[in-house]
Amino acid sequence: MTTGEARTDWETVIGLEVHCELRTQTKLFCACRNSFGEEPNTNICPVCLGLPGSLPVLNRTAVEYAMRIGTALHCRIQASQFHRKNYFYPDMPKDYQISQYDVPINADGWLDLPSGQRVGIVRAHLEEDTGKTTHMGGGGRIHDAAHSLVDYNRSGVPLVEIVSAPDMRSAEEARAYVDELRAILVATGASDGKMEEGSLRVDANVSVRRRGETAFGTRCEIKNMNSLRSLGRAIDYEAARQIALIEAGGAVTQETRHWDENAGRTGSMRSKEEAYDYRYFPEPDLVPVDPSPEWIAAVAAELPRLPAERRAALAAASGLPGDSEAVATVVRLGLDDLVEAAAASTATASVAVRRVANEVASDPEAAARLDRVAFARLVAMEAGGELTSAQARTVLKAIMDEGGDPAAVAAQLGFEAMDSGDLDRVVDEVIAGSPDEWARFCAGEEKLQGLFIGAIKKATEGKADLKAASTLLRARRGG
Amino acid sequence: MSAPTTARGIAAEVRSGARRAVDVVEEHLVRIEAHEGDVHAFNLVLADAARAQAAAIDEAVAAGRPPGPLAGVPVALKDNLCTRGIPTTCSSRILEGWKPPYDATVVQRLAAAGAVFVGKTNLDEFAMGSSTENSAFGPTANPHDLSRVPGGSSGGSAAAVAAGFAPLALGSDTGGSIRQPAALCGVVGAKPTYGLVSRYGLVAFASSLDQIGPFALDVADAALLLDVLAGPDRRDSTCLAETAPSASARLGEGVDGLRIGVVRELADAEGLSAEVRGRLTEAADALSAAGAKVAEVSIPAAVYGLSAYYLIAPAEASSNLARYDGVRYGLRAGRAAGTGDDPADVSAMYTQTRSAGFGAEVKRRIMLGTYALSAGYYDAYYGKAQQVRTLMVRDFEAAYRDFDVLLAPTAPGTAFELGAKTADPLTMYLNDVCTIPSNLVGHPAMSVPFGGGSDGLPLGVQVLAPALGEAVMFQVAAALEACAPPVPVSPMRGGSR
Repeated sequence: MTTGEARTDWETVIGLEVHCELRTQTKLFCACRNSFGEEPNTNICPVCLGLPGSLPVLNRTAVEYAMRIGTALHCRIQASQFHRKNYFYPDMPKDYQISQYDVPINADGWLDLPSGQRVGIVRAHLEEDTGKTTHMGGGGRIHDAAHSLVDYNRSGVPLVEIVSAPDMRSAEEARAYVDELRAILVATGASDGKMEEGSLRVDANVSVRRRGETAFGTRCEIKNMNSLRSLGRAIDYEAARQIALIEAGGAVTQETRHWDENAGRTGSMRSKEEAYDYRYFPEPDLVPVDPSPEWIAAVAAELPRLPAERRAALAAASGLPGDSEAVATVVRLGLDDLVEAAAASTATASVAVRRVANEVASDPEAAARLDRVAFARLVAMEAGGELTSAQARTVLKAIMDEGGDPAAVAAQLGFEAMDSGDLDRVVDEVIAGSPDEWARFCAGEEKLQGLFIGAIKKATEGKADLKAASTLLRARRGG
Repeated sequence: MSAPTTARGIAAEVRSGARRAVDVVEEHLVRIEAHEGDVHAFNLVLADAARAQAAAIDEAVAAGRPPGPLAGVPVALKDNLCTRGIPTTCSSRILEGWKPPYDATVVQRLAAAGAVFVGKTNLDEFAMGSSTENSAFGPTANPHDLSRVPGGSSGGSAAAVAAGFAPLALGSDTGGSIRQPAALCGVVGAKPTYGLVSRYGLVAFASSLDQIGPFALDVADAALLLDVLAGPDRRDSTCLAETAPSASARLGEGVDGLRIGVVRELADAEGLSAEVRGRLTEAADALSAAGAKVAEVSIPAAVYGLSAYYLIAPAEASSNLARYDGVRYGLRAGRAAGTGDDPADVSAMYTQTRSAGFGAEVKRRIMLGTYALSAGYYDAYYGKAQQVRTLMVRDFEAAYRDFDVLLAPTAPGTAFELGAKTADPLTMYLNDVCTIPSNLVGHPAMSVPFGGGSDGLPLGVQVLAPALGEAVMFQVAAALEACAPPVPVSPMRGGSR
């Protein structure tokens, strides 16, 4: 089967529903601890077990976190109401979920991807999580299980469900959206954004249409993607499936489909006819949530800088492009303060971004204890030509592992920048040592530059500034 | 002359040390022992626990610690109020074996006030009914005439007070479930303003309508009990943050100058007996003679009350009762439960459990409610019913611009024969036509005994008040009580028929 991306005559339309667990201390409607990975059924009480006679009481911090998310996604924060979503499932203790329906707390926002593409946010509403079911025996699904075990620790954990507009057109865009959304959620402090622990769960609505058409095709909702990679694979598979179906004269049926990571395919879970009638109605046990303008303003005022803004600031400071991978990495890892501490000029900022994105990023623990001042000094030495980039990397590694002053470490390692006269001499020696290759390089065989650079590096035991060496080589050739 | 039987009298004597709480509870247990077999007011009598609670009260008195406003007063609890470690059944098989791990807020408040719990009373399953015949454990009889119903759904609580098993009892009122049995049993019963009393620990029937309230032998006792129950509770978000004036604040002030309206639509409601109409007129005349300005008032939307109620209450119930699925507690159908074969899968478990665990009326309401909330029907049914509710609030608020309280019948007639209305749910539903409006608008209302019918059975008159108008409601109720014709007393409390 060809993938959807490869087909230029078809367009894939994607909207995403992201469930994000909030990292509040306690659950949404009771005082039980909101904590992942504990002994099953230990963080439970009459309320989150839905025992007869128990009543929910709304967690104010959860509302505030939801408002932070809404603010970060440029949503309108509004008076809202909880509804009951009624359906039977063993991990849902009340057999209804308290969620929001026609009046969500956050509505009509947007998110800009690093590429500059804008994705609409339809709503971001508050709801409670369900318990977690493990089906024992059979195929791991409820229908053929011998028995099922339910852990209610997760029951009542606060979630914000973020529903995007169908604005994405490829698996890559969908991944970029989730990546950016995750960065925003982490930046707001509302969520830890851990997809592998299930604190971020993504469902995808996928449809296809012939390029140029304006009406949407019939969509399928894909569930059970546990990573960005499986999200991408599932979307590509599903788009290809739908295209093949239509091209074979069939039609897509609106349904919910289950992504099977091992098989690499989606399978039907339930059709539209089998879809639940959730019988939403206003939750009579809770009063409406109506945040005051003062509260909304306070949340906005306390919101930290968001990834897009931080990327723009770094790009401007360093002269690197806004969608640069290095800039994105620095911001994703929240290491921009390190760069900023070292960024005295455009040159130092650019060096700092590279060092953080390449070396510091690969060792988060060392990054955390890296001395800001020492890093800034190292960056200044590299930018000023006192150290070659290779030397700077070695010194950085040393101070990340052992600490210390970069100048002292460099001296200890015998790193002293070569004098330009010395480098001139080495370049001439290297050219003289390989006359044939030099002739071919002069004739335009560009790939031979690597050979000369390698030889220069070897001759100087890595002390040469290779950028300067390459400039010299080209000068000798005459451009 | 025997010892006082009112809660006020008992508490005063226990506090002063004139009488021991253990003796008070023993007297009531003796009466329960003698007559409970006939009445079946209780699902569970808590004899030993009550004796222990009473002994603790006596110790407090002896030690000089304040024993509380209800010191040593026996109280019966409707069996839909959660009691820690004590079965709470809602008179349903589906809660078989379940013991709540916590006490309802009202149970905590009563215990702190020195009350002694004598038992959990019978009710229509999940409080759905008007005769206590929809109980999985058999009906309760009316202490005034054992061939008659006590009303419902709080029939066990009303009967317990009427039979002298306890001077006070708690009920819950969703559409009249305190007031109608109070009228049929000749006792006082009040439904407070929605949100005045915490619902935490009351097993929900219809959350936006349910309120817990008092049963008592007289108006002052009911006020005393309500004052103990009322007040903010952070475990119930719908519980009001403000504290209403004490229900006892204006008892004995009379009705001179008060404006009292008789609600035309309820006085003329379908199915009312001539006797009930007659007693209502008598009550209005008596209050007028006592100095009140009495006139007729119209609440046009009241005629839609019953229809709106039978959409909203079942809709909420269908959701509230979904949790009884056999997964976590209560009945799980299968061979071990004696309900046939073990279910083949989880869907079968749901179906078999709920089929075996719920009675016919509960199933009927779950189906009604599920239908009313279904896609495509919501606006026509649930949505429309909520609009009626809004209209009704408007009508009542308009009436309260001209009147301090309103008067209406409580029930259409005196207690009917057991089995008389079980075959026809709609006739049964009509029992609540005069009580339902107060639940829909969330205002307080209470039933006060007002003489008897030609059959010698008690009758009640209803006093309605605006939101948080409990003080004036009890003021008028006390005046009504003072001018009422003789109220029948059950044989168990020494009356004769």
